[in-house]
Amino acid sequence: MAISVKVMHRPEPETTSYLRAALSGMALTFKHMVNPTKVTQQYPEEMTHLSPRWRGTHVMEQHADGRPKCVACGLCPTVCPANCIRLVGGEDDQGNRYPIVYEIDEFRCIFCGMCQEVCPVEAIHVGRHFENAEYTRERFVYDLDRLMEQDHPSTLLWDPSDPSSE
Amino acid sequence: MEPISGIPAFIAMVAKNLGIFTLVILVVAYATYAERRVSAFIQDRRGPNRVGPFGLLQPIADGIKNILKEETLPGTASRFFFVLAPIMVLVPSLVTFAVIPIAAPLPTPWGVVDMIIADVPIGILYVLAFSSLAVYGVVLGGWASNNKYAFLGGLRASAQMVSYEVALGLSLIAVLMMAGNVTLTEVVWQQQQLGMWYAFPLSLAFILFVISAFAETNRLPFDMPEAESELVTGYHTEYSAMKFSAFMISEFGHMVTASALMATLFLGGWDLPGSWDNAFWYDGQLISGFAENGAPIAAQPAVWKTLLTFAGFAAKTGFFLLLYIWIRWTLPRFRYDQVMALGWKVMLPTSLGYVMLVAMTILVLDEVGVQYGFFYGLALTAVSGAATLSFMFFLDRGRTIAGAAAHTSQKIEVKTIPTAVASEDAEPAPAGD
Repeated sequence: MAISVKVMHRPEPETTSYLRAALSGMALTFKHMVNPTKVTQQYPEEMTHLSPRWRGTHVMEQHADGRPKCVACGLCPTVCPANCIRLVGGEDDQGNRYPIVYEIDEFRCIFCGMCQEVCPVEAIHVGRHFENAEYTRERFVYDLDRLMEQDHPSTLLWDPSDPSSE
Repeated sequence: MEPISGIPAFIAMVAKNLGIFTLVILVVAYATYAERRVSAFIQDRRGPNRVGPFGLLQPIADGIKNILKEETLPGTASRFFFVLAPIMVLVPSLVTFAVIPIAAPLPTPWGVVDMIIADVPIGILYVLAFSSLAVYGVVLGGWASNNKYAFLGGLRASAQMVSYEVALGLSLIAVLMMAGNVTLTEVVWQQQQLGMWYAFPLSLAFILFVISAFAETNRLPFDMPEAESELVTGYHTEYSAMKFSAFMISEFGHMVTASALMATLFLGGWDLPGSWDNAFWYDGQLISGFAENGAPIAAQPAVWKTLLTFAGFAAKTGFFLLLYIWIRWTLPRFRYDQVMALGWKVMLPTSLGYVMLVAMTILVLDEVGVQYGFFYGLALTAVSGAATLSFMFFLDRGRTIAGAAAHTSQKIEVKTIPTAVASEDAEPAPAGD
């Protein structure tokens, strides 16, 4: 590709005018000063728009009787690139596997969404939510109960057969 | 109506002092708020709107924050002068307001009260003397910090304020020649007598004064001493908490005083259109003008006249404050040599020449026998208008304050090699390469 140079045509020095430029600049700033349309988002009162594919705080789906949908297969801690999921699985009398310990360290998590992609029973999700400030660092390790308490909508992951999420 | 005297006069004086001082401090505080709001509006933002309704308590929150913050003292600073500098900047900026009349005289049961703290006979000279004292505080602050950026800021401040003080003083001479006196009450009175504000008959002096006032108050486009992008924050780099706040208050105090001064000298001060509000102490009595035979006409001071003229004065001052902020957020900073060139090569000769022009015009008008009044003002307006237009025309050629590229004498000729010649002379490329 040929290199093209854009030549800026500036007015000749004898024809430039500081005063006229200053006055037209002042007219421009005045126009903005009286313009009622502002770009500032009044954040706590006015929520920002989150994309349907926003990947935020995790959600653990649960059955109608309150048990987690997780079957402790161990795929999500395996696939997790940040190694932030801790899972200790157990088995009940009927031979159903369930998580005894399921913790996600939200500090370590890079919100790639691979846990949601890999989950065979669609139990763990990343959610459309980002306001998870806390007073202590310990509070950022979410245990199973807290993950099940999250009530924000879960992320719509990108589907190759439906690229524009329709 | 008699002027107020005795103990009521003393009480009135104390009340005026407290009232006007509080007012100036309040206006200064809300000028910082206005600066932040207007700059936000200019940039399509909202500005501070969280503290109180519309963010109106923001200056108070800032004040509390600055008082509670830790004061730092640089280890290598000269302690005594470091502490002295903010005081030396703050005091002159607040005391200059004392000689500016803010409204028409107020009638009270004990006599008429002038709406001015001190109607001193030296008037404008007092303002000039005190406003130029402020530069000592700036230089001292820059020097005592023992910081190269602060020191450069202080040096720049001294050079700049000295340069523009000259043009400021010279543009005032035209006003003083018209008014015939340096007291600001008389300047207002003479504008009432002329039937028009001095901004019209002395338009060039008005423009020069506004430009010089911008430079004197270190506001953009002349904020060389602060120049954030070059000198951190210039002379107050090392200052924190309330000492920094003192520098800020003094900067805005200078702005308020300069705005009030411009309103008084060139927009008639508290004068409103029409002769109903005219008032002046003449031979111990308050008069509103002279009859045909030269006999003075007694003025009728009223509370509503005082309030209305004060509103007029506030509006004029507010206009100049808005102009300060508006220009700050429009124009970029000048280069340092441009500031000096503008001050010494443009402002100084222009103001000198303009003094001559106004003096000659006044002389001719007096010789011809034109009475000091509306036609006198019209004649001067015509002369000054022509002077202003020619000043604009020559300034507008972009030579003085244009970029370095504008100086054609220094322009480098770019030589282009003709391509046809180059290809003939070029050696053929080695084969098989």
